[in-house]
Amino acid sequence: MAQIEQQTTVAAKPDERIRQVGFLTHMMRRPELGAVAGLVLVVVFFFFAADPSMFSLSGLMTILAPASQLGILAIAASLLMIGGEFDLSIGSMVAFTGLIFGALLTNFGQPLWISIVFTLMLAAVMGAVNGQIVIRTRLPSFIVTLAFLFILRGLTLVGLKWATGGSTQLRGIEDVVGDGLLRQVFSGVAFQPLFNWLAEHDLIEKFDNGVPKVAGVPVSVLWFVGITGAATWMLLRTRVGNWIFAAGGDPVAARNSGVPVDRVKTGLFALTACAAALVAIITVLDAGSTDARRGFQKEFEAIIAAVIGGSLLTGGYGSAIGAFFGAIIFGLVSIGLTYTQFDSDWFQVFLGSMLLLAVLFNNFIRRKVTGER
Amino acid sequence: MADSKTAMSTPVIEVNNVVKHYGSVIALSGVSMKVSQGEVLCLLGDNGAGKSTLIKTLSGVVRPTSGDFLVDGKPVTFNSPRDALDAGIATVYQDLAMIPLMSITRNFFMGREPLKGIPPFRHIDFKHCHTVTHEEMRKIGIDIRDPNQAVGTLSGGERQCVAIARAVYFGAKVLILDEPTSALGVAQTSMVLKYIHQVQQKGLGVIFITHNVRHAYAVGSRFTVLNRGKTLGTCAKGEISIDELQNMMAGGKELQTLSDELGGTI
Repeated sequence: MAQIEQQTTVAAKPDERIRQVGFLTHMMRRPELGAVAGLVLVVVFFFFAADPSMFSLSGLMTILAPASQLGILAIAASLLMIGGEFDLSIGSMVAFTGLIFGALLTNFGQPLWISIVFTLMLAAVMGAVNGQIVIRTRLPSFIVTLAFLFILRGLTLVGLKWATGGSTQLRGIEDVVGDGLLRQVFSGVAFQPLFNWLAEHDLIEKFDNGVPKVAGVPVSVLWFVGITGAATWMLLRTRVGNWIFAAGGDPVAARNSGVPVDRVKTGLFALTACAAALVAIITVLDAGSTDARRGFQKEFEAIIAAVIGGSLLTGGYGSAIGAFFGAIIFGLVSIGLTYTQFDSDWFQVFLGSMLLLAVLFNNFIRRKVTGER
Repeated sequence: MADSKTAMSTPVIEVNNVVKHYGSVIALSGVSMKVSQGEVLCLLGDNGAGKSTLIKTLSGVVRPTSGDFLVDGKPVTFNSPRDALDAGIATVYQDLAMIPLMSITRNFFMGREPLKGIPPFRHIDFKHCHTVTHEEMRKIGIDIRDPNQAVGTLSGGERQCVAIARAVYFGAKVLILDEPTSALGVAQTSMVLKYIHQVQQKGLGVIFITHNVRHAYAVGSRFTVLNRGKTLGTCAKGEISIDELQNMMAGGKELQTLSDELGGTI
């Protein structure tokens, strides 16, 4: 035994062919690097091209509100992508759960908390069904969820007409939801007293009557930040996180090592659907209505944000923080163009280019990480 | 030395007359073999001899149609790979052992992550994981600077060694190695063979599947040759020469003729 020990200590001398890993390479290994670099680029661009009011407090809140709603979806989408699957039905799921939530409140006269709980539970079940279909049929999730993209969008239209007697918009949610703590958790703005105080002391912009121009931080932004934190912690620190990486990296190897791959994937599908339901609840409460076009094309935007955030389309690699930055880039560009001289229709051109760049960059990074040549 | 041990203890794994049918295909038609602690049993056979089916049977992936399967002298039935793992039988597959995009530590503890903290804040004890990974890698002579580096950066031989080290660390009694050297170069092969020898010295039983007689002869204590789903025979190292083994594996004559034609290069 002692002989073996000695033998191995000799063998353990540093391999001269391994380069010392520098700080830069170390940073390059982080999946969110691309998104951070992209964010810097975009900010620099708008700093010179856009009206300065874009970077005022109210300008930033205008950007963050839509970015945060997309971001909640993007983080769930990136977790699912790391787990090796797609969900193209997220956008339709937002519309469908929005309808369910609205109908529960108005048509069925349920209290807010029951409507919220039921909507989230229904979403979880539908997500799990999605997942089970993918797992049992072994069809690509791309196809299965593409089918649900249309099924749910269609059901939303049919359901809306039924709930409203022929219209594609369900109104009057404002009137049936009373004001209360629960409502404030899902809609409106937070930290109002702080913003009032800041305005009083002339630290932020205010109107002539002393009301601050920005009333507070939209609650969706807080949800966005909170979910990013929770998802990152789960992914990097917990057992489930390890299983998500494993399930997406190589399901067979993961199964051989005792990882419950099917359970992980089903859970991720359920989680993604719940994220869609959360966005539906937030937007429906904010607008006081829901309509058939809610969440339109959000599935693509969420996947794009996740890819910009460094998630690989093939699974097994990515980060929640990356998706966080990806969503912010998205918000910056979509809203920011209105602050510039450019026609805001350039948005889609920009978006497509950004996606292409991100994918190329991600492939490069993956080769770096795995040492492929 | 290994032989004297073998004679004394009950075999860790023993199979007698195992038969496996896949529909009308007879994959195994009566295979017998055994492996004891501290010995390397080489399972030799050409393509289609039934090596893979036998491994799948031993590792709980498939259930045999008939035959005896004893672990530590007691009959067992495995319904899943998990059952085999729990019984101390760990299988290291050629390509399917590691996930290249994940770090060495994450791979090492995959499926068996040590946790700390109270729910819902339970998390992986990464400090412990890194220390263990670093230590285990050092023991097998792989110097990793950073246990966070992806497994993809390791060479094929190193990956096999990490997979074996993982099985050993988690208390395997028997290691089944499925052609661990078939895709490796010379230096990497010797690295893996050296490590198999180390594992044997620790007192584990090793079933080493290969169709390379030289690799088998380098580390094996006994050799079981399979041919067309049957056990052709079992020999201890002293009883058979490398050439005899080669002939036995290829079914004798034809290869001898071919070998002569090619000037003895096979």
